[in-house]
Amino acid sequence: MLSLAARMAGIVCALALAMPALADDVQDAAKLLKAGQHKQALERVNKALAAKPRDPQARFLKGLILTEQGNSKEAIEIFTKLTQDYPELPEPYNNLAVIYASQGQYDKARASLEQSIRTHPSYATAYENLGDVYAKLASQAYDKALQIDSSNAAAKNKLSLTRELVGRPGSTVVAAAPAPKETAKPEPAPVEKPKPAAEKPAPAVEKPAADASAEVLKAVNGWAQAWSKKDADGYLSYYAKEFKTPGGEARDAWEKTRRARITAPKSISVGVEAAKVTMNGSDRATVTFRQNYRSDVLKSNNRKTLVMVRAGERWQIVEEKSG
Amino acid sequence: MRAALLAVVLGLASLAAFAAPTPEDRLSRVFESIEANRLDEAMTRVDALIREYPNFRLAYLVRGDLLLARARPLQTFGNVEKTVPFEKIEGLRDEAHARLRALRERPAEDRLPRSVLQLHGEQKHVLMVDSRRSRLYVFANANGRPKLIADYYVTLGKNGIDKARQGDQKTPVGVYHVTANLPRKKLTDFYGSGAFPINYPNEWDRQQGRGGHGIWLHGVPREVYNRAPRASDGCIVLSNPDLEAVGQHVQVGLTPVIIADEIEWSDAADVEKERAALAAALEQWRTDWQSRDTERYLAHYSSRFAASGQNLAAWSAHKRKVNGAKQWIKVGLSRVAMFRYPRERDFVVVTFDQDYKSSGLSNVMRKRQYWVKEGAAWKIIYEGSG
Repeated sequence: MLSLAARMAGIVCALALAMPALADDVQDAAKLLKAGQHKQALERVNKALAAKPRDPQARFLKGLILTEQGNSKEAIEIFTKLTQDYPELPEPYNNLAVIYASQGQYDKARASLEQSIRTHPSYATAYENLGDVYAKLASQAYDKALQIDSSNAAAKNKLSLTRELVGRPGSTVVAAAPAPKETAKPEPAPVEKPKPAAEKPAPAVEKPAADASAEVLKAVNGWAQAWSKKDADGYLSYYAKEFKTPGGEARDAWEKTRRARITAPKSISVGVEAAKVTMNGSDRATVTFRQNYRSDVLKSNNRKTLVMVRAGERWQIVEEKSG
Repeated sequence: MRAALLAVVLGLASLAAFAAPTPEDRLSRVFESIEANRLDEAMTRVDALIREYPNFRLAYLVRGDLLLARARPLQTFGNVEKTVPFEKIEGLRDEAHARLRALRERPAEDRLPRSVLQLHGEQKHVLMVDSRRSRLYVFANANGRPKLIADYYVTLGKNGIDKARQGDQKTPVGVYHVTANLPRKKLTDFYGSGAFPINYPNEWDRQQGRGGHGIWLHGVPREVYNRAPRASDGCIVLSNPDLEAVGQHVQVGLTPVIIADEIEWSDAADVEKERAALAAALEQWRTDWQSRDTERYLAHYSSRFAASGQNLAAWSAHKRKVNGAKQWIKVGLSRVAMFRYPRERDFVVVTFDQDYKSSGLSNVMRKRQYWVKEGAAWKIIYEGSG
């Protein structure tokens, strides 16, 4: 059987949403959850729910967050309510079952999973989970048959939580609640919010309007982080071959100077604040932000503009201007 | 109209009360569902069975299989994957086998147990244990003939049957009777709803040098519905409801308990023929005794005869002396019961009330004789009070 962790890996938070304000909060909450920041995630999702208490995506996400926090009681309430409001959705049933199984309530888990499959006969996760639950129930039955005390045989099965609430064609989620987008495969890959690093001041990146701009921002943050870590190679890798060096000096000479500047201080911290991305077509972007630089020898806070181009999977800098 | 409906309902209700299915019947229906490949129905049935009899362990084993079969293919009946003591799982498998076999292999209506040659009028029932089937059969006395009325799964000794020594954890083979009725309140929970001791070792066992004692029919502790087919120290163990049902039929001092490897089923005509032959031999013995022709009387005794420390020579000398002194002897026999003895070849235990009157001495006693066929003739090999 796959562990929860294994089955979670690679699952993308694909809460692609239509309503911008709400979408932002829910999307942020999903990302925070993914980053393991449960408390912050809960705050965000509560904010979203304050604006739209019945939104199924937000409620589903809150259920997930509470599950991860170990608050099974409230998580069960939320998922149960979702099954009542949207009985045609298999995911809340599945996640209810996961919680019940984690509590050793395999009969309840079984009932929920069977319901999930009744709702969507092709729902693979529920099948996999149900197989595990049947095996566990069988094992319990055998223990009773053989008069073995199974009450403290801890090894509770870890089943797979469903991370996505996917509205399906014709389902009333779409009809009743306009929020969730119907097909959930975002193109391209979703944005990952930079993880707060000790060397780096709190990031305050503006939300990208589109996925491409999110990628651009990701690159900017990666660049700042490499700089902060005094990782000269990493830092220089953000500069495109065609990068226009300041004053038109040779690339080699420029690299040498940058390398020296980056490695000299004992510590560096580069913050990117109030970033704004302007897309110039799909492969070129201009990013403006306040660069908050601090080292043991220098502090500066100035405006910076980076012109970036798409280079395969990455975004690289072709122009860098200060002021 | 209404009255008719009520009558139907009452009729159904009373029928249900009369023939309430036992857990075994219900288990059998679970297996019927499985055989018909109606697995959901099987699951529903086994769940209901467990709800009603939460201590019926075999049902959990079947439930485990039904559940596991949904997860992956089964390798065996009772597909327990944990490491458990072999005898535990094997005990349940054997129980399932025994229960189903007994339910499916029913004796034909016209077949009779060959052992029960004659019941006397006061013996209302006879109990027979088929050890191979782990089954106790209850026969009612229908005008001297046994009529099968019920049968139950039983647990016997851990080491099987043919008890010989104290502590051998075997159940005896032989013809016994119930000697007492011990109610629940006089017993620990281990014996469940009651106990009926039997007279092991009987006269024949003692002569054969068989030891041990305390062979009872009894129930089970609260936490279990029944025990595995081979799990007792030699006792015959029934589920508590079954013991209570059997107990309804038990007459202390009267009810025979015949324990055999397997019940031998026979034609009524064959049984009658054998009964008649024995009855004739017994009658001849009685009249020869009355005739005071001691040699004719002694001709009924086997050369292997032994009783109360006397061999045939000592017995003969005693009888010649006593009988020779009588002017007259009158012997009346009543309440005669005759059972073929299991395992032994042509061997019958006969019990009767003997009303002996003679010049000088009269007495009435319950007597037991063991008869053995030597050549064409039935001979007495043991005689004593019964």
